[in-house]
Amino acid sequence: MEPSDQFTTYQVLQRHGVDRRDFLKFCTQSAAALGLSAAFVPKVVAAMETKPRIPVLWLHGLECTCCSESFIRSSHPIAQDILLNMVSLDYDDTLQAAAGFQVEEIRHKIMKDYKGQYLLAVEGNAPTKDGGVYCTVGGESFLKVLQETAADAKAIVAWGSCASNGCIQAARPNPTGAMPVRKLITGKPIINVPGCPPIAEVMTGVLTYILTFDALPELDRQGRPKMFYGQRLHDKCYRRAFFDSGQFVEAWDDEGARKGWCLYKMGCRGPTTFNSCSTFKWNCGQGWPVNSGNPCIGCAEDNFWDNGPFYQRLSNVVVPGIDSTPDQIGKTLTVIAGVGVGAHLITMAARKQASKLKTPEDGAGQAGEKE
Amino acid sequence: MSTRVVVDPVTRIEGHLRVEAILDDHNVIGDAISSGTMWRGIEVILQGRDPRDAWAFCERICGVCTTVHALASVRAVENAVGITIPKNAEIIRNIMALTQYVQDHVIHFYHLHALDWVDIVSALKADPAATAGLAQKVSPSWPTSSPGYFSDIKNTIKKFVDSGQLGIFQNAYWGHPAYKLPPEANLMAVAHYLEALKWQKEVIKIHTIFGGKNPHPHYLVGGVACAINMQGDNAINMERLEYVRDLIKGAQQIVEGLYVPDLMAIASFYPEWTTYGGGIGNYMAYGDIPQNGINDPSHFRFPRGIILNKNLSEVLPVDLADANQIQEQVDHSWYKYPNGKKALHPWEGVTDPDYTGPQPPYAQLDEKATYSFVKAPRWKGHAMEVGPLARLLVGFASGRTDIKDVVVDALGKLKLTPAALFSTLGRTAARGLETKLAAGWLLEEYDRLIANLKAGDTVTADTKFWDPKTWPADCKGFGPEEAPRGALGHWIHIKDEKIANYQIVVPSTWNASPKDGQGQRGAYEAALIGTPMADPKRPVEILRTIHSFDPCLACATHVTSPDGETLAEVVVR
Repeated sequence: MEPSDQFTTYQVLQRHGVDRRDFLKFCTQSAAALGLSAAFVPKVVAAMETKPRIPVLWLHGLECTCCSESFIRSSHPIAQDILLNMVSLDYDDTLQAAAGFQVEEIRHKIMKDYKGQYLLAVEGNAPTKDGGVYCTVGGESFLKVLQETAADAKAIVAWGSCASNGCIQAARPNPTGAMPVRKLITGKPIINVPGCPPIAEVMTGVLTYILTFDALPELDRQGRPKMFYGQRLHDKCYRRAFFDSGQFVEAWDDEGARKGWCLYKMGCRGPTTFNSCSTFKWNCGQGWPVNSGNPCIGCAEDNFWDNGPFYQRLSNVVVPGIDSTPDQIGKTLTVIAGVGVGAHLITMAARKQASKLKTPEDGAGQAGEKE
Repeated sequence: MSTRVVVDPVTRIEGHLRVEAILDDHNVIGDAISSGTMWRGIEVILQGRDPRDAWAFCERICGVCTTVHALASVRAVENAVGITIPKNAEIIRNIMALTQYVQDHVIHFYHLHALDWVDIVSALKADPAATAGLAQKVSPSWPTSSPGYFSDIKNTIKKFVDSGQLGIFQNAYWGHPAYKLPPEANLMAVAHYLEALKWQKEVIKIHTIFGGKNPHPHYLVGGVACAINMQGDNAINMERLEYVRDLIKGAQQIVEGLYVPDLMAIASFYPEWTTYGGGIGNYMAYGDIPQNGINDPSHFRFPRGIILNKNLSEVLPVDLADANQIQEQVDHSWYKYPNGKKALHPWEGVTDPDYTGPQPPYAQLDEKATYSFVKAPRWKGHAMEVGPLARLLVGFASGRTDIKDVVVDALGKLKLTPAALFSTLGRTAARGLETKLAAGWLLEEYDRLIANLKAGDTVTADTKFWDPKTWPADCKGFGPEEAPRGALGHWIHIKDEKIANYQIVVPSTWNASPKDGQGQRGAYEAALIGTPMADPKRPVEILRTIHSFDPCLACATHVTSPDGETLAEVVVR
């Protein structure tokens, strides 16, 4: 099918029997999902009215499919809306009805018919050792499939920590030579959406943003959307007050655990992890690990597997006893924890500096400074 | 002249699987090979790490079977160290495991398997009023079944098809003669595909409540980290528990109102599929959902045992710690063993990767040589099938009335004998029937939890052995589990507080296994033989049987080894 035959999202919705009132409601919800003010609604409406459904090729390399599973848990928009109304998911091993050569045929057809227009979504990463034999698809190495499919993509979304950073198969000693997308593909805008997996609404939010604005979201120096990865979990944690007042869980199921005190001493990685867990939360906003008494393991951070053990607290900070006043403790702790996470503060400073110098258009997505 | 049909990638599964089937002159499958074409290496990555962290690493073996490897892992560490978890922790883990069964099986049926039986395009010919009549007859308790509702769904499909952008539904096998459902049944199934997609994100909140997120909720060696405080607002309390109860009720509604009725309706149109896909006829279950601790299999809801040669009059015992029972072979796998060894128990196992397959891109594999990253596990030399069918058959043959009742009831409704269970459709039906059991058990486990809380027990973790300094200097353990896809075992060796060795034999390793040294096929391979194909270029029949196992290849091929190192100490599968 030629691109000129495409239908816009609005046309498709109309054909689904959706009237204009419901269409506007849909756009308002989409805008809200992106955290946009009401002023942006007309922009969303315009985008949905005039843009055809963008073809998406979703490749799976070395991975565990947790990103796909997370994606279908999205509450706004729901997976059905994305699949039927928002994008044209033309290739995805996990959900595809066809199999074998028929799906490879689709991939090649989309690459040809929508040259430079399709979005490449990558879940997992590519093994680079021994000619890429540790992951093959249709008899071809995944590395080759990835490079070939990336060549004519409009942009690449690297889902999850595997595609963004390498994740578990790249953890010491990285036996298959697994490498994230940014180390294998150059000259293409890459959006890193780390997390193991990323939060469902973060994933769908990235897609909806691209669709709405026909542009990549603003990215930080690690190529992550600023809107979802700009905050440390610790800064927005609902247990932060307990940290500041020196009230900690000291052992599983102790008094502090039953009262929901801070998990810092149990190894919580909240102070060094940039993600939206403590703001959007997981599974339709139901909670996040800290909510259920589990310390964060920092799954959205580069190399988090090798920054363990998980239950060892972040630094050997001497935490004052609770006989000090909460204000004193809070002040002291903020300073000391700041030293413990100094590297991240430097990263933050660097990021601020970078955002002054770069706009998303000039390739901040390419930043591979973590090497 | 034989024809070779290659299906790669096999889609609607987890991971990377390749199937090659060799057809005879009448297009009947005469031989088949199953090849896992990905390989990662989590056991090796685990070497030298803190055993209390292992659950998080293992959980990442698979995000579809999320939770299952984490649970097996904490069980293995607890077994090695000698930790007995509190009763509340056992029940909460059971609730999380059963939630996984229900959610995973519903997704498998509607989103991974249904399109093998349901022709979406045919739904365009359906009469919405007649579809409503059918739906009300098939699932009387399900509320959305009006003609207007099905008319809307039909419109949705029509406009979607008319848009020309068919997305995940393009280039598939619509109109294939193997599709037998009338248009109305197809339309009903599509409607339920969409409803199940909306629902699955709800039930999984049970994992969020106890484990903080899904996929990949958190686990804890020694119990569960979610403390209980019935007088507090920042732990598991009445509000959280009531929400869990509500989600369990919702699960029961969808399983009994939608899944099982749809399964029975679709099955009734495909009677010939009770004669194809039987396979090896040996079934194994480790058993699970403990009521009195993981070390007491006599009080599991799913019993432990083995059935050989479809003989339902005898259940044989299985012992995960016996070096002569569970062993793995690599004769047709891309690994080599040292000193000419042929089969190794997981505690002594070795994985030395040795890719001797064709260099990519390649057109076909050689079934006489090595052809897979999956090993060939065997029980006392026998190939085994694991999974829902194995669990139900072991439960049935063990005389467990709750299991027997659902099986007998379903067979009666379909006018079938137990022999029909040894088939592709039997496997698919078993998954649905055990989901019904799981949904019922969920509420029973919830009631157990409440009863225990009423008795005054709110303990959720045993921290006596939390500090590794309290552990023996050298200890071994194993963690058995029934994952949704079948019998799963983790084996751990702890030395000086660190992981000296970690090995995993997963359900799909059993089912997707290549041939062993004696030429015995794995479960997928054996099940494909004898199936006629209507159109070899459009392999719907292969997909039906392979999907009936619910393959999970990230699980099956998670293993690797550090290259160039001696593997005497680093023992990996």
